[in-house]
Amino acid sequence: MDQVVLKNVTKSFVTKAFGKVTAVDDVSLNIREGECFSFLGPSGCGKTTTLRMIAGFEDLSGGEIWLGDRPVSIKAKNFYVPPEKRQLGMVFQAFAVWPHLNVFENVAFPLRIQRMSNAEISDQVKQALKHTSLSGLEEKYPSELSGGQQQRIALARAIVASAKVLLLDEPLSNLDPKLREIMRFEIKDLQKKLGLTIVYVTHDQAEAMALSDRMLVMDMGVVQQVDTPTNIYNNPANRFVFSFLGLSNFVPAALHDGLVWPAGSASSNLECEIPRDWDDDRAVLATRPNEIQLTPEGGYRTRIKNRVFLGDYVEYRMDIGDTEIRVQTHEHRDFKVGDLCGVRLGKVKWYPAEEEISDDERERRKVI
Amino acid sequence: MRAGQSLRGSELRRMEGSRFNTGQLLLVISTIILVITVVLPVAMIVYNVFFYNWSFDWSLFASMLTDPDNLAAMWNTVKISFFVTTLGTVVGLFFAWLIGRSDIPLKGLMKSLFVIPYMFPPFIGAMAWGLLLAPRAGYINKMFMALTGGRTPLFNINTLAGIVFVELCYYFPFVFIQVSGALERMDPTLEESARIAGANQLTVIRRITMPLVVPAIAAGAMLILISSLSHFGVPAILGFSNGIFTLPTKIYELIYRASGSFEGIRQGASLSILLVAVVVLALALQRRVLRTGRYDIIRGKSMRPMLIKLRGWKAPLLAVCFVFLIVTVILPLFTIFGVGFLKAYGVPMKLANMTLNNFKYVLFESRMARDAIRNSFFLSITSAVITMLVGTMIAYVIVKIQPRGKGVLEVLGILPYSIPGIVLAVGVILTWSGAFYLNLYNTIWIILIAYIARYMAFSMKSASASLEQVHDSLEEASRTCGASHFESLLDVTLPLIRPGMVAGFFLIFLPAMRELTTSLLLYGPFTRTMGVAIYSINEEGYTVQACALAGVAIIIIVIGELILRFVTRERRGQ
Repeated sequence: MDQVVLKNVTKSFVTKAFGKVTAVDDVSLNIREGECFSFLGPSGCGKTTTLRMIAGFEDLSGGEIWLGDRPVSIKAKNFYVPPEKRQLGMVFQAFAVWPHLNVFENVAFPLRIQRMSNAEISDQVKQALKHTSLSGLEEKYPSELSGGQQQRIALARAIVASAKVLLLDEPLSNLDPKLREIMRFEIKDLQKKLGLTIVYVTHDQAEAMALSDRMLVMDMGVVQQVDTPTNIYNNPANRFVFSFLGLSNFVPAALHDGLVWPAGSASSNLECEIPRDWDDDRAVLATRPNEIQLTPEGGYRTRIKNRVFLGDYVEYRMDIGDTEIRVQTHEHRDFKVGDLCGVRLGKVKWYPAEEEISDDERERRKVI
Repeated sequence: MRAGQSLRGSELRRMEGSRFNTGQLLLVISTIILVITVVLPVAMIVYNVFFYNWSFDWSLFASMLTDPDNLAAMWNTVKISFFVTTLGTVVGLFFAWLIGRSDIPLKGLMKSLFVIPYMFPPFIGAMAWGLLLAPRAGYINKMFMALTGGRTPLFNINTLAGIVFVELCYYFPFVFIQVSGALERMDPTLEESARIAGANQLTVIRRITMPLVVPAIAAGAMLILISSLSHFGVPAILGFSNGIFTLPTKIYELIYRASGSFEGIRQGASLSILLVAVVVLALALQRRVLRTGRYDIIRGKSMRPMLIKLRGWKAPLLAVCFVFLIVTVILPLFTIFGVGFLKAYGVPMKLANMTLNNFKYVLFESRMARDAIRNSFFLSITSAVITMLVGTMIAYVIVKIQPRGKGVLEVLGILPYSIPGIVLAVGVILTWSGAFYLNLYNTIWIILIAYIARYMAFSMKSASASLEQVHDSLEEASRTCGASHFESLLDVTLPLIRPGMVAGFFLIFLPAMRELTTSLLLYGPFTRTMGVAIYSINEEGYTVQACALAGVAIIIIVIGELILRFVTRERRGQ
């Protein structure tokens, strides 16, 4: 069954400086039971606003939200269930553990609100602390604990009342990289053990890919793509998704005489196959730096501009026409700066040569 | 982090320590200044109370302590402070919550309006309320009696309750400002996570919001408590006529009645010790309370806090806010200016009875009023400049140089906080009227010394705050570029803290302009300050002229406040 359902959810603000800003534009999606679902996107894309609408902290400007078979926000009927009645668990970026309560009382809070007996509370808190490896720290206050431990308290507090759906709002971005990776696995483990449905907001694509069963990529308030991490990575729906999921090179090119001519290069063409259904005479070719081959002979001839040794691989920079590209390669063959070499693009994705969204427009959305 | 940084800073200084050391020199100068301005007056009080003709004698202190009048004054002080503190905390907390966490309209406007009472000199407020609610002659009481046809006034302001009411009006912003700040800094997700955990809005307020702002409430409440314990103006204006004395007004009365004789001053000094003891007790209490909870309510990236929808309560609560503001700000202001324009006190407030003569009188004709305005400007500007410079120097020593023994400076610097203005005045009299071969009594210099001692703590605090913003590495970077310690100080640190110093100037200038307590004990025939002039003109019964001068004082203070706001806003914009 679908645990979280959004139907045409829209949110717009009116700001003094910029007029009307649409933070979330007509988002519809179904999140299944037991699924870990990520919202991925740059800051200001509307992912946190969407999550806060699910939690009940933001009004909707249009659409409906259902938790399972229970409606919680329906704009048309002005129907709204407050956050405390939605039976969700939530973990915030800044931990939000209460500094005036010790670990036990922080975790026990949701149960105390339900007026459970002390025996039950102690039982369930113990369980939750065990799940989050916090046993033995019951009497400590948050200020005595590390960031990672504080985030575990928040996690324990979110699961203690056996909420079916957990909302996580960039929960790991305040932790150092090493701890982030450990916590990632712990969250995944916990989800499997307890059969939780997780909605996970992040701007870190590695985190989203490592955790999610499915995810969506969002930009400018609009859902760009919803799929499994593998499918999204291998078949990005558009140029934005491609660029957001890893390092990327975009080479604008013109097509004539059945050949691909990179912009700014009239004399030599790129050797690559034109998709059969491509009918425009312009295109942007997208590749990842590690999918490009460098050869001493053949290929698109160009000179190495820059070379950086990075241990696992070597990174080169060079021009194709007037576009600079990066190439990462493990190959033994070593080029020096100034050497002539051949470039072969691999796993090329073709996108229309449309304009990119201007930085002004992004800046405007920062107010959200 | 900071500790590590400063450790490196002082290491550099230690390496330089073998040569001539600016730090030690500044430390010595700072200590000497603080000892002369702050420690000496206190020591003189203690000495003169317990020693007579070079021998220990505490009979005076004992007799003062057992005098029923003095005990009554002490009891009044405690009662007034208790009620002002409790009620002021409730009022400040209520409005801070309303503006910080509910969807009440006009927040920005109300926020600035609620801070106004903080700038209003309480003794002028007391004058206004006396004009409105004096049992027989007060405008409101007269109207009330005319309406009811009876002879019982609506409310007698010349009572303990009246004094509590007026002090409350001007001291609640202490809690309001502290709690508003805490609510703004508080991470909204702390409250949101409680909502998600199933708590409704009232439970969140009770179990999360309130406990988290307790330190702010305590800090504000203690400021009210200490201020009202040592407050002089309101009980002096409203209490004397009805024989109500508090410790500060009793000290004044003892010295005034003895018309400056040594015996009177010694008696005043004895009560001063009692007053300081009460204040120190309150400060100790504050330390205890504040230590119980100092939480890090870090700001998350999260957005606006969830505002509680007042729905049907919105209009009534908005009305409460405005009524409160009208009563505490508009009404007294209107009264002061209204009466200031009247031809004579007691005539009805009609346009036909209005005149500009009183303002003309205080600004151009009365030598005393003109002197007072000039003296106040001279004293406020001079003491603000001196205190700001010296305070910055001392703060620099404490924050940046950190020599051994800086703890002494810190303690000496905050000492004046716990010394009520009236006590400081007694100490200054004892120190500077010939005890050390220098008799400044009846000159303006004795007032200047008292102001410097009184406001040094303000200046040190504000300078320390700006200096802590200037990271050590900035000066270190300048050193690496080849500048000497002194050049770095001059070219890097000083320009960076200059806006803070300007703000610090006004933070002293403004309270000094409306100072009453200290000046009232120290003024001579030609050295009245504005506060003293308003007070004495009023006491002599020239009510309309007193109101006109009070109006002038208010205008000067408002202009100063506006400049201060402008300066601090600019600093925030950087």
